[in-house]
Amino acid sequence: MEGSTNTLNKKGDIMSKGIKDKVAIIGMGCTKFGELWDKGSEDLMVEAFLECIKDAGVEKEEIQAAWIGSCFDEVNVGKSALPLSTTLKLPFIPVTRVENFCATGTEALRGAVYAVASGAYDMALALGVEKLKDTGYGGLPDFGSAMGSKNRLIMPNMTAPGGFAMMATKYFNKYGLSPDEGKRMLAHVSSKSHHNGTLNPKAHLRKEASIDQIINAPIIAWPLGLFDCCGVSDGAAAAIVVRAEDAKKYREDPVYIKSLQVAVSSGEEMLLNWDGVHVETTLQAAQRAYKEAGITDPRKEISMMELHDCFSITEAVTYEDLGISKRGKAKKDIESGFFDLDGRIPAQPDGGLKCFGHPIAASGLRMIYEMYKQLQGKAEKRQIPNPQIGLTHNLGGFPFYSVAAISILGL
Amino acid sequence: MVGIVSYGAYIPSYRIDRMNIYMAMGWLNPASMLPGEKAVANYDEDSITMAVNAGAECLTGFRRDTVDGLYFATTTPPFIERQNSSIISTALNLSPNIKTGDFTNSIKAGTSALISAYDSIEAGTSDNILICTSDCRLGKPGGYLEEMYGDSAASLLIGKNNEIAEIKGSFSISYDFVDHWRTKKDEYNRSWEDRWIRDEGYGRFIIESISGLLRKYDLKPDDFSKVCYPCIYERAHAFICTKMGFRLEQIQEPLFTNIGNTGTSYPFLILISALEEAKPGDRILLASYGNGSDAVYFEVTDGIEDAKGRVKGVKNMIESKQMIDTYEKYAVFKNLLDIDKGGRGEEAFTSLSTLWRERKTVLGLVGSKCRECGTPQYPPQRICVNPDCGAIDDMEEYPFSDKKGTIFTYTGDNLAFSPNPPAIYGLVDFDGGGRYLFDFTDCELDSLKVGMPVKMSFRRKYADENRGIYGYFWKAVPIR
Repeated sequence: MEGSTNTLNKKGDIMSKGIKDKVAIIGMGCTKFGELWDKGSEDLMVEAFLECIKDAGVEKEEIQAAWIGSCFDEVNVGKSALPLSTTLKLPFIPVTRVENFCATGTEALRGAVYAVASGAYDMALALGVEKLKDTGYGGLPDFGSAMGSKNRLIMPNMTAPGGFAMMATKYFNKYGLSPDEGKRMLAHVSSKSHHNGTLNPKAHLRKEASIDQIINAPIIAWPLGLFDCCGVSDGAAAAIVVRAEDAKKYREDPVYIKSLQVAVSSGEEMLLNWDGVHVETTLQAAQRAYKEAGITDPRKEISMMELHDCFSITEAVTYEDLGISKRGKAKKDIESGFFDLDGRIPAQPDGGLKCFGHPIAASGLRMIYEMYKQLQGKAEKRQIPNPQIGLTHNLGGFPFYSVAAISILGL
Repeated sequence: MVGIVSYGAYIPSYRIDRMNIYMAMGWLNPASMLPGEKAVANYDEDSITMAVNAGAECLTGFRRDTVDGLYFATTTPPFIERQNSSIISTALNLSPNIKTGDFTNSIKAGTSALISAYDSIEAGTSDNILICTSDCRLGKPGGYLEEMYGDSAASLLIGKNNEIAEIKGSFSISYDFVDHWRTKKDEYNRSWEDRWIRDEGYGRFIIESISGLLRKYDLKPDDFSKVCYPCIYERAHAFICTKMGFRLEQIQEPLFTNIGNTGTSYPFLILISALEEAKPGDRILLASYGNGSDAVYFEVTDGIEDAKGRVKGVKNMIESKQMIDTYEKYAVFKNLLDIDKGGRGEEAFTSLSTLWRERKTVLGLVGSKCRECGTPQYPPQRICVNPDCGAIDDMEEYPFSDKKGTIFTYTGDNLAFSPNPPAIYGLVDFDGGGRYLFDFTDCELDSLKVGMPVKMSFRRKYADENRGIYGYFWKAVPIR
């Protein structure tokens, strides 16, 4: 794979035997995402959880351990695992809160998956919830205080669109795209997700958006416009996992975990060597995930993807970091419809962060929810024919200072 | 011999045409019209930031650990208690073993600091004293002073070796002449009648100090190549010249129509203008004004030619400018309007104990350089960021504030709060290595390109007025 500034695992293989086919998801739930002014985080947790246990066909009392993911605790549920256990009235079981920026939801699942895989528990719950629309302003809460007291003194007061817009500036510059050519490529990314969103009753934004409408929208952070940015939403999603050998006791069509990988910046991208046109954590997590899942040719083997399209440029660069598109050539695949719902590898069949919405800590589990439904053939109007392997990807932080999580799921 | 070893000017990038102010506010006070333009500090500048930038320019090419004194002269210190000169000293990465002092409360405080520095070095108790003068005074909207006052800073390094102009002598007078005044509760200067100020103060004190100096050292007006003194009233400025028996060509042009009356920094900026065109052997006379007057005279040495190549003076700073096209924008920069900042404009908590621990990193922009692999890194790291090295606790301090760099990538962010949107920021690659993320200022989004050269400028990163905290840090600016 091209583009890595690092040598993968040069000081030893950090993966042992891996998690492939050791754990299965037997139930999932996901709320409608959106600006849910009349719902608090408790409502969202209850709704995702009720759908989840109903889908799994289990009782609450069967769950032996739980992980809750929430990111912006200032405006969300609050710190610790208490909000989940007290809302769901979990009977004094171990509950753990995790937070890892936009990878939070996938991290919650990783905790639950490892817990059952180890044999410590037989059944575990992962739930991600985020209530973003209680801040009083648009966009995510400022990073000013979320980055720690030292960074407050030296880091620009960046917003998420600004952080990712810098990658678009560099991408256009490096590959010689005029602002119009670059924005047109990105507009196709967003337009495709808008179309998919119209097919999904749980999506936040359910309107088509044309290429021209997208290109001419107001600039949020140059060169990204309004339609290059994902929805800022409230929502929750949940999963129940058991060991693979027990899965069929609960349902005929469990979905198996083929890989769960997380990669976190070492700091070198921001301070030393980022090339501005790729995300090193995505690249590293993907390489490990393919190895863990036994995938050798992702362009051929992956059936569908839910990628972290917080911004259109992120999705475009992720195609390249995943090794699906060649370096600097995502434009060709994007514009040929390769990632459209009827394309070779549909990306964001549920509308993606762009249109399903992005309640930070729920997003990872929401993506897995879509893959789960697609693999089970229950994705209704947006069903992809006979999918075998689904990939999800989260990216938290900024392109040069990030947390990436990848899951690979299959039957 | 004690004298000026180096000079540095800092004139903010922004100007406003006085006619623009008059068009907006002249209806209130039709007699307030003044010609030309004035220098305006950007929204993220204050007396401290401008002083740091003038000081940094002045110290170009000098070892900073040789400076053992820093005097800051201003009538607009951002802090009443918290020594402003200590902030400047830390930002300039000077040694903590240094005498610092704030000279304030009169616009002649700059020359007072100069005379004190001279005395200290002459007495042998100091070797090199950096004087930073800086002011951003506000005139009340619609008043004459609003058009008159400009914002700028100027620095002189005083020492006893390699001087470019020897300090030959001084003469001071001090009076409680209440022409302009401000108490601790006042945002704006109050003033007495202009005719009285002109005839009884400005028109007399400069003449009195210069006459005193001529008498004291037995000199004649013809002994000087240039005479520098501030312009408060244009006609009275010319009157002082004729009254003293100077020829018009001896008078250094006082920049009044370029930058305005810039308070404590004003005499120094006129002096630097004179030094920029001086020849070895020239005698230059400087007089300040404000509650009296200090007169100081200099003799230019052969060292002047080196200085001209090393530091950029007033001329470059005057020519390199951008206009603020509306009074409303000026009013926002100057905090005259209580603008709607929205939820994103609310400032988060600042930890002052974190600032103390990280003072070199934050105020001084000091990073680290790995002794193993030579990689410069900001902020300083304990474990080398180079993945091929990874050395532990083998770093030396590495200052970045004097390094130029290039824009690696950038954006203009309309979502983040800024008094001058969009908030522009990006990654800067430093010449010689090292990369960090900085706010960009004094520029328009359209003027930026990947690969464009930039330098560092000391600024207010944020202003938390509710807690009385200004988050000082460095931003990237286009090279002037």
